[in-house]
Amino acid sequence: MIHRECGVAKTSYAADMALYPLPIARKSVTAIALLFALVVPLALDQYYLSILNLIFIAIVGAIGLNILVGYTGQISVGHGAFMSVGAYTAANFAVRLGFPFWLSLPLGGAMAALVGAIVGIPSLRIKGLYLAIATLAAQFMIEWMINHLTWISGGIQASIEVPRPTAFGHAIASQREMYFFLLVFVVLAIVAALNLMRSRIGRAFIAIRDHDIAAQIIGIDVFRYKLLAFAISSFYAGVTGVLYTYYLGIANYEQFQIGVSIEYLAMIIIGGLGSILGSIFGAVFITLLPIAIRWAMESFGGLLFSQQAVLNLIPNLRLILFGLLIIVFLVVEPEGLNRLWRNIRNYFRVWPFAY
Amino acid sequence: MFDWQFFLLLISNGILLGLMYSLIALGFVLVYKATDAINFAQGEFVMIGGFVVAVAMAAHGAPWWAAAGIGLAAMIGFGFGLERAMLRPLIGRPVVAVIMATIGLAAVLRGLGPLVWGAETRALPLPISDEPLVLGPLLVSPIQLVGATVSLLFLAGFGWFFLRSRKGIAMRAVADDQQVAMALGINVERYFGIAWAMAGVVSALGGIVWGNLLGVDVHLALVGFKVFPVVILGGLDSIPGAIVGGLIVGVVENVAAGYVDPLVGGGTKDFAPYLLMIVALMFRPYGIFGKPIIERI
Repeated sequence: MIHRECGVAKTSYAADMALYPLPIARKSVTAIALLFALVVPLALDQYYLSILNLIFIAIVGAIGLNILVGYTGQISVGHGAFMSVGAYTAANFAVRLGFPFWLSLPLGGAMAALVGAIVGIPSLRIKGLYLAIATLAAQFMIEWMINHLTWISGGIQASIEVPRPTAFGHAIASQREMYFFLLVFVVLAIVAALNLMRSRIGRAFIAIRDHDIAAQIIGIDVFRYKLLAFAISSFYAGVTGVLYTYYLGIANYEQFQIGVSIEYLAMIIIGGLGSILGSIFGAVFITLLPIAIRWAMESFGGLLFSQQAVLNLIPNLRLILFGLLIIVFLVVEPEGLNRLWRNIRNYFRVWPFAY
Repeated sequence: MFDWQFFLLLISNGILLGLMYSLIALGFVLVYKATDAINFAQGEFVMIGGFVVAVAMAAHGAPWWAAAGIGLAAMIGFGFGLERAMLRPLIGRPVVAVIMATIGLAAVLRGLGPLVWGAETRALPLPISDEPLVLGPLLVSPIQLVGATVSLLFLAGFGWFFLRSRKGIAMRAVADDQQVAMALGINVERYFGIAWAMAGVVSALGGIVWGNLLGVDVHLALVGFKVFPVVILGGLDSIPGAIVGGLIVGVVENVAAGYVDPLVGGGTKDFAPYLLMIVALMFRPYGIFGKPIIERI
C-alpha cells in the first residue's frame, strides 16, 4: 500500500541490507513504536495489558528459538529447560545476594547460554532427529536436576519467590508498569535479532542451515557457529525465563516443562521459520489461542454442553486445536503466517495495477 | 555384604520390562526403517490402542480376544489413514517438519483420547493372574512375562518378514532408495501405508500389555518417552537393536532405581536412560546396530 519500491534505486549492498528497506519504513516503524509506547498502554485496561505482557514474553522466547531452528537449522526440544535455567539462576541471585533485575537478568541469560552451548556440543556430530532427541534428553535432565537439587530449587516445592523488579527506585507491580518493563526487552530482542541476522554471524547461520558441509567447505567454522547459535538462542530463552519469573513473581519449574518447549516450537512453525516477524506472529497466535478457546467455550459452549462438560472440554480442545494447527500449517503452509502476510503485502504492492 | 538376590531381582525385572519397551520401540523402528519418518507420537499410539481395547471390553462387554481383535483392526486402519492424510504430504520435506508434525499429532491424540473416552483411568483386565510367579530366587510378574514373550515373537516375526517375505524385501528396497524402488515397479506409497499399519499393530499390542500393567488413561502415553533411549541405543533402523536397546534401558533403569533412588529421593528411573543415551550419542550416534550415515554433497 504505502510501502512501494517505486522510485527507490539502491546503489550499494549496504543500502540493500539496511534495517529500513525503504525510506518510508522509518516513518511506519516510528508510528508502530508510538502506538505501542503510548496509545496501547493508555487505551487498554489491566486485563488486556496482562495478555499483551504474556505475548511480549513469548515473543522474546520465540525469536530466540527461531534463531536456532529457523536460521541455523538445529532443532531444540529443550528450550523450556533453558528457560528454567535462566529463571532459577536469576531467582537465586535476586534472593540470596539481593541482585537487582538488571544484574540478575543478564546473569540468568548467560547461565542459560552456557548450558545451551554445552547441550549444543553434540550438534557437531549429530543432527536432525538425533539432535532433537539429545535436546529432549537435556530437557528431562535439567528438569530432574532442578527438581532434585534443593540448593538450586530452594526446597521441596521447587519454587522461589522473587522480589518485584525496581526501576528508578520504583517497584514495578501493576500490569501497566510491567508492560513498559517488558516492552523494553521486546524491542531490544527484536532489534538485536534483526541486526544479528544481517551480520557475518547471521549469514554464517543461514549457510549452515542450507547445507552444513557446503558451509564448512567455504570456510565457515561450523562447530563454532553452531555452538554460538545454541548460546545466543539459549540466552534469549534464559531471558524469557527470567522475564516470566519476574512477571509471575515466582520461579517454578512447572512453568518450563516439555510442553513449553513444544509450544515455542509451534510458535515458530505457525509463525514462519527463519523470520523475525514470523516469530512475533506465532507468539501472538499461540498465546491468544487458549484465551480465545476459553472465551469461545465459556460464551457459546453452554449452548451445547453442560457447565461441567465445558470445563472438561477446554483443556482437551486446546490440545487438539494446538496439534491440528501445527499439522495443518506444516502440510498446507510450511512458511507459516509470515508467508500469508507476505502474500497479502505483495498483492497490494502493485495494486491496483497488478500487471 | 552385597545382596545378590536383590540384584538378580532388579536384573530379571529389568529384562522383562526392557522387552516390553522393545515392543513399543519396534513400532518406531518399523516406521523409520521403511519411510525415514520419525514418530514422536508412538506413546500416543499405544494409548489409543489401549483405549480402544479397554472401551471395547468395558463398555461393550466384548471378551478379551475379541477386544484385542477390534483394537488391532482399529489401529491398522488408523495407521493407513494417518499415512494417507498426514504423512504423505510431508514426504521429501525436512526432517524437522516430520518431527513437528508427529509432535502435533501427539497433542491431538492426547486431547482426543480423554475427550472421546473420558478422563478416568480404565482397567484393562486380561485372563492373567496378578500373583507373581516364583522361579527359584526370582519373582516374576506374569503380565511382564507375557509382554516379553509377545515382544520376542514379534521380533522373530518381523525378522522373518524383512528377510524372507516378498513384501518385506520390497519394503527394504523402499527404505534403501525410494526412486529406484519406484522405477522397479514397487508401489512406494502402499508400502509406506503398510509400515504405518504395522506400527499400529505393534502399538495395539503394546497398549494391551502396558494398559493391563498401568491402566488406560492419558498417562499411558508417557511410555512413549522411553522409546527414544531404546532406539538410540539400539540403532534407529534395526529390529534387533530395538530388543537390545530395550534390554539395556530396562536393566539400567531398574538397577539405577534400586540403588540410586534411596540416595536422591526418586526419579532415577526417568533420568538414567537419558543419561545413558547422551553418552551413546557422543560415542556411537547411530547406535549398536544402526547403519552409519555417510553424507555427500
